[in-house]
Amino acid sequence: MAEKEEITESVSEELDPVIIEKISMLEKNLSIFDINITSFLGEININLDKTNLVDVLTILKNSPDTQCNLFLCLSIVDYEDRFEAVYHLQSTTLNHRFVVKTSLDKNKPMISSCIGIWRGCDWYEREGHDLFGVVFEGHPNLSPLLLYEEFEGYPGRKDFPFNDYKEW
Amino acid sequence: MSDQQSLNSVDMLLNMGPQHPSTHGVFRMVLQIDGERVLDVEPYIGYLHRGSEKLSEGEQYAQIITLFDRLDYLANFNNELVICMTVEKLMGVEVPERAEYIRVILCELNRIASHFLFYGTMGMDAGASTPILYGFRDREKIQSLFESVSGARMMHNYFKIGGIKADLPSDFFEKIQWLLNEIKQGVDQADSLLSFNEIFLNRTRNIGIINSEDALDFGLTGPNLRASGVPYDIRKNDPYSIYDRFSFDIPIGDRGDVWDRYFVRIQEIRESVKIIEQALKQIPDGEITANVRRIARPPKGDIFVHAENPRGDFGVYLVSDGSDKPYRLKIRPPSFCSLMALKHMMRNAYVSDAVMILGSIDIVLGEVDR
Repeated sequence: MAEKEEITESVSEELDPVIIEKISMLEKNLSIFDINITSFLGEININLDKTNLVDVLTILKNSPDTQCNLFLCLSIVDYEDRFEAVYHLQSTTLNHRFVVKTSLDKNKPMISSCIGIWRGCDWYEREGHDLFGVVFEGHPNLSPLLLYEEFEGYPGRKDFPFNDYKEW
Repeated sequence: MSDQQSLNSVDMLLNMGPQHPSTHGVFRMVLQIDGERVLDVEPYIGYLHRGSEKLSEGEQYAQIITLFDRLDYLANFNNELVICMTVEKLMGVEVPERAEYIRVILCELNRIASHFLFYGTMGMDAGASTPILYGFRDREKIQSLFESVSGARMMHNYFKIGGIKADLPSDFFEKIQWLLNEIKQGVDQADSLLSFNEIFLNRTRNIGIINSEDALDFGLTGPNLRASGVPYDIRKNDPYSIYDRFSFDIPIGDRGDVWDRYFVRIQEIRESVKIIEQALKQIPDGEITANVRRIARPPKGDIFVHAENPRGDFGVYLVSDGSDKPYRLKIRPPSFCSLMALKHMMRNAYVSDAVMILGSIDIVLGEVDR
């Protein structure tokens, strides 16, 4: 068991020089924010507080070093104690991808909408509201997207009954 | 009645779908029209929502592959490839060379089959009823080859984590040479029958235009983005599997209208044929599956893997907690984003063109609703 841990540590130390360069570039560009940058299997994860989200994403889109012009995906993950919103951003010109992660409160999940940065966030945010009950502040229309109007509950969440559903 | 008194015109709401032949599935859109002109459109999706993401949380990784077959049901192999690559990347599995080549050949054939169906339905939407017969004829030839390989025309469940389930049948290489000739003839026929047909050009040129900035803003990918002039193809930009070993071109359009989206796909069939021909020359003998435990248990962590599907950038975000079932699985369907841009493309089009515009973005509702 101890040997295994040593192996994983040595793997994480040997980072690709390209990734090290990207991480230092990000730290320079986002130095005014309180962020934590990690790397896992060649992906660069930016962990931040949700109050900084819109500012950081705007910089990631507009800065000439990052140019994340394509909004790939927004995923909401339900960990038992918190929600996590995961943004995947791609640059079609510089061919890199960044992952932005932010934690949300379990009882009252709220986050600013990114629809002003990319219009492509629209349905992803509606889906997040539909399946997880996350409120995106500033989104013009959070009506149900995949579920029907009368549906009660948030089926994406872990506490939603999975097998004992009733017929409707 | 005085002359100044004019008639009050009221905008009309026209409901199209959910059961309408032009919507290519169960999709509803409400058009707000003034005479023949579309002022606004409101798309409604969710009629085919099966909760694939939630269902995946209760299935083992090998079982999830069957769910992925049913997402984009016109590109089954491509979907299987993405979920297999995701789990393999998290587990650090090295797939044997022969399996990689077989995967690429089948995925590119699936792309051709999907584009042939698009060619048929596109002609149908424009009012030409012949192309659909030719499109389906050529697609059927590809699917009978799939049947000889995997045992099913669609919903193959042929890829597995670490490789593929069985080696190719002995007569595969004979059949595929014949098939590639048929495909080439089919594309040439498509060009002479529909692509440069004057009536078709008049129906499709300068309709449903979306420029490159708007296309990127809405998250359009695949042929729809390339038709707007952005040469973004994950096979080139972020090569996965063994795509960096082949030489092929990325066809792009210049105006981003319906015809460009149509013609990019027709050209892509030729590029896929090029890839298959190179792969057939290079394919080695050897193992077809890596040494992986039957019940895959990826280590704790999260990973995003995407690949170039016939409809665009298909991605999977997988969160694993170290067990044999995913903790969370999120799918990024390309057609979902294409539908978001529909509102932008359809504004000020004619109702008859609305059908063409919806047809040209080539949606599959199975992956939109998941």
